[in-house]
Amino acid sequence: MTAHRLLPTALIAMASVSVLAWQQPPPTPPASQTQPPRQPAEIELSIMGEPGAPPRYAVPDFIALGTDEQTRGAAKSIAQVLWDDLAFEREFYMIPRDTYASIPAAKSPETVPFERWRELGADGLIIGTVRKVNDTFQVQAWLYNVKMQKSVFGKEYTGGTRNERIFAHTISDEIHMQQRALQGVARSKLAFASDRDRESVTGTVQKRDVKEIYISDYDGANQQRATAQRRLNLTPAWSPDGRAIAYTAYRNESPDIAVSFIYKAAAPTWPARGKGHNFVPAWSPDGTKLAFWSNRDGNPEIYVMSADGSNARRLTHHRASDVSPAWSPSGNQIAFVSDRTGSPQIYLMDADGSAVRQITHESWADRPTWSPAPYNEIAYTSRTGPGYDIAIYDVATGQRRHITFGEGSNESPSFAANGRHLAFMSTRLGKSHIFTIGRDGKGLKQITKVGNNFMPNWSR
Amino acid sequence: MKKRADGSLMCLMAVFLLIVWSGCAKRQPPVARPAPPPPAAAPATPGVRPPAPPQPVSEPPVVPPEPVPIDELATKTLDELNRDSPLGPVFFEYDSAELPADAQAQLTTNAAVLKQRATWVITIEGHCDERGTAEYNLALGERRAAAARTYLMSLGIAADRVKTVSYGKEFPFDPGNTEAAYAKNRRAHFVITAK
Repeated sequence: MTAHRLLPTALIAMASVSVLAWQQPPPTPPASQTQPPRQPAEIELSIMGEPGAPPRYAVPDFIALGTDEQTRGAAKSIAQVLWDDLAFEREFYMIPRDTYASIPAAKSPETVPFERWRELGADGLIIGTVRKVNDTFQVQAWLYNVKMQKSVFGKEYTGGTRNERIFAHTISDEIHMQQRALQGVARSKLAFASDRDRESVTGTVQKRDVKEIYISDYDGANQQRATAQRRLNLTPAWSPDGRAIAYTAYRNESPDIAVSFIYKAAAPTWPARGKGHNFVPAWSPDGTKLAFWSNRDGNPEIYVMSADGSNARRLTHHRASDVSPAWSPSGNQIAFVSDRTGSPQIYLMDADGSAVRQITHESWADRPTWSPAPYNEIAYTSRTGPGYDIAIYDVATGQRRHITFGEGSNESPSFAANGRHLAFMSTRLGKSHIFTIGRDGKGLKQITKVGNNFMPNWSR
Repeated sequence: MKKRADGSLMCLMAVFLLIVWSGCAKRQPPVARPAPPPPAAAPATPGVRPPAPPQPVSEPPVVPPEPVPIDELATKTLDELNRDSPLGPVFFEYDSAELPADAQAQLTTNAAVLKQRATWVITIEGHCDERGTAEYNLALGERRAAAARTYLMSLGIAADRVKTVSYGKEFPFDPGNTEAAYAKNRRAHFVITAK
């Protein structure tokens, strides 16, 4: 790395959507229409389904306000992505889009054929418009209570035309928040290590494939490379603000912690400063600290340092290996892996290194990830045979369950920001790929399709 | 230092030629040799005692014509050295960083080479088989490399000549998933980085 300068982390700047949280006046109900006076506001906004059933939602193609190809394409794809986003959280029953292809598209929000939607059994209906203005899309979206023929949500968004999916993701997250008080993850991202570009370095020993860090949207769209260093890069970890990724990088054949600010054209920083070998960084929930493991004192131990590398402090003192730290959502505790009983197991300790206790007693347990609230769970890689499965440990009760069942080997879980989903690596299709799955083991979704992909991390 | 290297080279050459000679002797058809002279006092009744076995012919000692002044290892590039390394890898048991007896023997051999090549700087790579999880194997590889390094230091190799790195299971030498492949991949591998 002497003469050969680090390439700046090359990432196409994401089309950022400036959300003009500009409340559209509900277009349909005339002002004269009187509201039921005693009805509380929450009930008025929240669309209910039949008793005991989730509300049924329909998302027809958005209305293209313009005849050009790009606008019409965006109107269709935003609706499809929004449908997928809403289906992902399983809060609503999403009526399949092909079943309402025959319902005439509204020419404007004022001409919605509510009776047809009511016949279909829709409780909620999302109508949107897309207009192209120079290099931006203006997207409006309304959520209607079909029974009441009334808009309960309406917003306009302006953003670049390069990534129309972000409009759908934003609308989905806002509808989940308004209707279900749920933090959606449609705008979150995944990072993972991959050998997909088949790059290798001809070393002194053998030709070795490098791995680089890649990122994608939560649903696998927009996969792109975040590092370009032609070396082994592993264990990416998103900073809580989503601007940086910390990872294990083999710099001059020496593993160290790199931090790449992936939306800036700048070389990574090296907060551990090459002191010993440093691996598997984990951001504290407030983003001010990094926990990691290092051999700097001769043996694999857990350390914590400020994100700028100052105030490095050792947390574990045991002659076994203490590795792979993961913070609790409050930042008060750290889960980690130790082989002090002879095989790797999951342990917890307070963030100052005190109160160490073992929580798994099985043949092999690795790579804990701690669920954000409202769940208090730790997922980890659990050996169940020749391969591994994803296990989830309930911290309060000590109960343990598996969410994968021996299809290939399933490893390296990472919780989504709302605790309802996990990303993990699975070899169930032969090669190593990233999948997402619900915390109940349902809703398996394949994220990567090319190369071998490892060690996913889900952004906050 | 140069002198010592030459001396050892002579020894190496002699050993080499002996090996070559013995190898040839085995493969060559028997060469007609003069029959041993009959014993001075022939037994009275032939047949009672078998004739004495022919005495082995003492071959002239193999002497290299001239000491070869070229130090073969010294002329090799680092890449050539590492491709056919004089420092053999050491192998480990499953999920273990303990050095088995044969690993200790190999490390002793490696230490001897390193003492002859006092300028060499090496990196010991710790590797693991694919059965463990990738993250934990980073630690296991680290400890394997460290165990090999500590052993070399106990044999008198200076600490600053021996670096380590763990590659976990990222760079298997044999991509197969047989026990033989796993055994090959559980290793501390020696790379000469300066000479």
